[in-house]
Amino acid sequence: MSLLNIQNLSMTIAGTPVLRDVSLTVEPGGITAVTGESGSGKSMTALSVMQLLPDLARATGQITLDGTDILDQSEAQLCGLRGQSIGMVFQEPMTALNPVKTIGDQVMETILIHRAMPRAKAHLRTCEVLERVGLPQDRFPLSRFPHELSGGQRQRVVIAMAIALRPRLLIADEPTTALDVTTQAQILDLLKSLVRDYDMGLLIITHDLAVVADLADQIVVMKQGEVVETGSVKGVLANMQHPYTRMLFAASGHQADLPAAPAPTPLLEVRQATRDYQLPRTSLFAQPGHHRAVDSVGFTLNRGERLGLVGESGCGKSTLTRAILGLEPLQSGEILLDGTPISPNMATDLRRKMQVVFQDPFGSFNPRHRVARLITEPFHGMENPPRGQERLNLISQVLEDVGLKPEDADKYIHQFSGGQRQRIAIARALITRPELIIFDEAVSALDVSVRARILDLLADLCRAYALTYLFISHDLSVVRSVSDRVLVMKGGQIVEDGPPAQVFTNPQHDYTKSLIAAAPVLPDIDTLKRSQPHA
Amino acid sequence: MNRNLILGAGLSSLVLLAAFLSFVWTPFDHAVLNIPAKLQPPNGTHLLGTDHFGRDLLSMIMVGARTSLAVALVAVGIGMGVGVPLGLSAAAAKGSWLDELIMRGNDLIFAFPSLVIAILITAVFGAGAVNAIIAIGIFNIPVFARISRGAALSLWEREFILAARVAGKTRARISAEHILPNIANLLIVQGTIQFSLGILAEAGLSYVGLGAQPPVPSWGRMLADAQTMVSFAPHLALVPGCAIILTVLGLNLLGDGLRDWLDPKLRVARA
Amino acid sequence: MLRYSLKRLLSLILSLAVASAVIFAVIEVAPGDPASFMLGVNAQADTVAALQAELGLDQSKLQRYLSWVSGMLGGDFGTSYTYRTPVAEMIADRLWVSLPLALFALTLSTLIAFPAGIYAASRRGRAGDSAVMGATQLGVAIPNFWFAMILVLIFAINLRWFSAGGFSGWDNGLLAGMRSLTLPAIALALPQAAILTRVMRSSLLDILGEDFMRTARAKGLSRRQALWRHGLRNAMIPVLTIIGLQFSFLLAGAIIIEQVFYLPGLGRLVFQAISSRDLIVVESVVMLLVFAVITVNFAVDLAYAAVDPRLRSRT
Repeated sequence: MSLLNIQNLSMTIAGTPVLRDVSLTVEPGGITAVTGESGSGKSMTALSVMQLLPDLARATGQITLDGTDILDQSEAQLCGLRGQSIGMVFQEPMTALNPVKTIGDQVMETILIHRAMPRAKAHLRTCEVLERVGLPQDRFPLSRFPHELSGGQRQRVVIAMAIALRPRLLIADEPTTALDVTTQAQILDLLKSLVRDYDMGLLIITHDLAVVADLADQIVVMKQGEVVETGSVKGVLANMQHPYTRMLFAASGHQADLPAAPAPTPLLEVRQATRDYQLPRTSLFAQPGHHRAVDSVGFTLNRGERLGLVGESGCGKSTLTRAILGLEPLQSGEILLDGTPISPNMATDLRRKMQVVFQDPFGSFNPRHRVARLITEPFHGMENPPRGQERLNLISQVLEDVGLKPEDADKYIHQFSGGQRQRIAIARALITRPELIIFDEAVSALDVSVRARILDLLADLCRAYALTYLFISHDLSVVRSVSDRVLVMKGGQIVEDGPPAQVFTNPQHDYTKSLIAAAPVLPDIDTLKRSQPHA
Repeated sequence: MNRNLILGAGLSSLVLLAAFLSFVWTPFDHAVLNIPAKLQPPNGTHLLGTDHFGRDLLSMIMVGARTSLAVALVAVGIGMGVGVPLGLSAAAAKGSWLDELIMRGNDLIFAFPSLVIAILITAVFGAGAVNAIIAIGIFNIPVFARISRGAALSLWEREFILAARVAGKTRARISAEHILPNIANLLIVQGTIQFSLGILAEAGLSYVGLGAQPPVPSWGRMLADAQTMVSFAPHLALVPGCAIILTVLGLNLLGDGLRDWLDPKLRVARA
Repeated sequence: MLRYSLKRLLSLILSLAVASAVIFAVIEVAPGDPASFMLGVNAQADTVAALQAELGLDQSKLQRYLSWVSGMLGGDFGTSYTYRTPVAEMIADRLWVSLPLALFALTLSTLIAFPAGIYAASRRGRAGDSAVMGATQLGVAIPNFWFAMILVLIFAINLRWFSAGGFSGWDNGLLAGMRSLTLPAIALALPQAAILTRVMRSSLLDILGEDFMRTARAKGLSRRQALWRHGLRNAMIPVLTIIGLQFSFLLAGAIIIEQVFYLPGLGRLVFQAISSRDLIVVESVVMLLVFAVITVNFAVDLAYAAVDPRLRSRT
């Protein structure tokens, strides 16, 4: 008998259907992955097992855990199940812990609230379980507060809370989405070994097909509240039936088709760039310390070249971006654009040679302005900005260039989806025909299918306008698909520099090797098909 | 539709209407003494009764509304006019000596409640409506400076501001073009709340004799006059009290309603 | 923690120094010479000069400021221009009315607001919540001195449970003193309690939406347990700020309320001093009020650190 059996689960929130006839199972010791894009209902499926749903949610169907129907349980009975029989790990480790309580208290609370054992034994179990998730007592005593830990370490605490009572079922809702790729690999390994050691069932929610392929036994593909395809991971991927599954798979490994780069003439030269931040004073009288965010970075970006920059959070790539954009000064070294040095008080003419596309499609636009005004902001400071009909023509042209309609110029930003907003951001960057565009995590917030289309758009624009850009991302596979050359950054320094094929197949630096090893990869379909002759 | 907004706007416009109407018409002349008709409870001729000099309370309330509204309005104007630019400059120069200076100055003013400022000013320059306005206005400055700095700081982190900086716009221009319109809702709502607090403060100052001086009628002083007679003529205290409560209630409801109407996610510190 | 406290202490001292300079400067601007005012229009020039010397008015401004500050540090607030008695003595008597009144009101307001705010937050959107919120909406609109008059009308004049005014003094026992302060304290406390209730409720509701509250529920805590164990302490941070602010409102409010109840507190003293142009008394009372406000905010800063570990480790 399955450990968890969801049968025909349907759900509405305030009358709006969010789930329809969802069925899935989790076996003891097995891993079932639910995947899909935003709005697919995958997180709601997970929360309905915990019965931690929004107030207006109404569910019908059956959710059976070890023979008990969860939908029939009273709230008090559910409290008995949560934490005891079902543990849950959430997406955002930075906010999932109570900031004013120690990690020891928070883990021990799981044990004490269920009166599972006396306090002294609970204390021992807490130490034991923190040790098990990789937080040994000598370095991470129980008295630590959450803000003293990194994101990965906090996620380990959340996992420790979830498994403290050895529940039979563990639910993980995008447990590694907010983490760096090397940390993600460690957390996924930890989850895998916990399932094996405790013989738990794991229901994992993830948007990342590569993670699914790496980790799970069973896959459930969801789209708009319905299951479109389910089965063993290998079987489903070897022989994808539903077009949506095929589209997801194709988009996840999407390679944009870039045209060849022209002959090298330098456009952006970064020479020995160094940027320090002052740390808070540790004593009233001592000199404050410094953190070197960017450390003697040097590289040249040629005209028409597409340069990728990869690094994990805290590696200094955002600081470098701000310095290149002339938003922050350097302590030493220089950055030249077309031979002219960049600084926070550089001339507007120089600024206009450079444009930027940011990550957050929601925060990138003033919500009170119409699209026409938003995308013409780079005209600021021009001696002769285009006016009248010329301006309107430019707006229509650039909107069409990025795949939108000229009529969209009169709309406000909230009338667009995330992908469309990113197109508008690109239109804003294109309108002055800048020499250089900087993409700062520009596709990181998008669903895979949207991401694939934006990457294709970039390739098309490269063909049409011979763009030069610097593409900054934490995601190796994305950088690989849109760059002629890749830089890898760590601890404020560039540790690897070369064409993608070379960097990815024959990395020189140990850090690049560990990055590539940690990144989950999509399986090769042909290999899968051969190993599954009967699928 | 929003019930708070309708009720609040209704009550507020009623008071506003009464204040404006009093310029052209009141049931009786509020300043004329009529001793034979003194201390009448509300009746057909004098709808809200008369005071110890036989003056018509409704007329006094209507004229008094002018004082209350004017004092509170100008005080909010001072607070906004000075506080918002200060807060915006502090946010634009975050972490600099200017920011530090503005915020420390704010903390300092917060240590002087409006009544204490009023006491200081009256001690030096004498009592009067103008000094009451200044006292309440000064107290409003740090409120607006703080709220606009806080809201502006979070906007400065947003990517559309970075995009404007990349376009080469100056910090002052970004503050005016991008920041101010995006915190306008917040300021309107806080303005309504400070307006109602201003009405209360003006009443308090007039009650202790630091506000508007006779013969300018004011709700606070009507209450001070009523104090010795409250045991045998309670309407003398009830009428101006209810006028104050209804005005403040109306403005607060209007503020709440505006907040929900303008942006459900907007949070305003009510202090 | 120690570094944090020292830093706050430094800023406390700095604020007091600046505040005293501001107050001194404002009083300096006042027209008229206290010595001639005290002696009247017919005074001889040499008598005035002698009095000026006696009061220290012939010294330079900086000297006078420094001696005023150093005097206050030693508990000497100077001599009243009108009564020729030490200001410290006059203030001390009055302070024992105003300060207990403000503290009494603060306690009442907190005692009312905490349960009311928690109740409303836990009944969010239901009838109980609406009732509490409606009451607070009315509460913030009521001027405390008017409310005081109504309380006198009902409980002193009609029911005769309390006296309508005056102060029995602490010599007749703690209870008698408290009794004469009860109506004033209630009048002060209720409007403030309404504000605090709203802050408590909205702060709690903010916390209820936090991720860690969901984590707590996933551990098996019921709604109520999650609220008490994880919600309250986090919700206290904004509430503490308001309590700090309320103290200064209450102290100032006490000055007005004293007028309604004829209490011999700082309020009576300062209004008498204003009308007799006894500026040194005004100056000292204002400084004392500002001192109280700044010190209470210092205490609130320390309380933050006790509640929030993130402040303790930050410098």
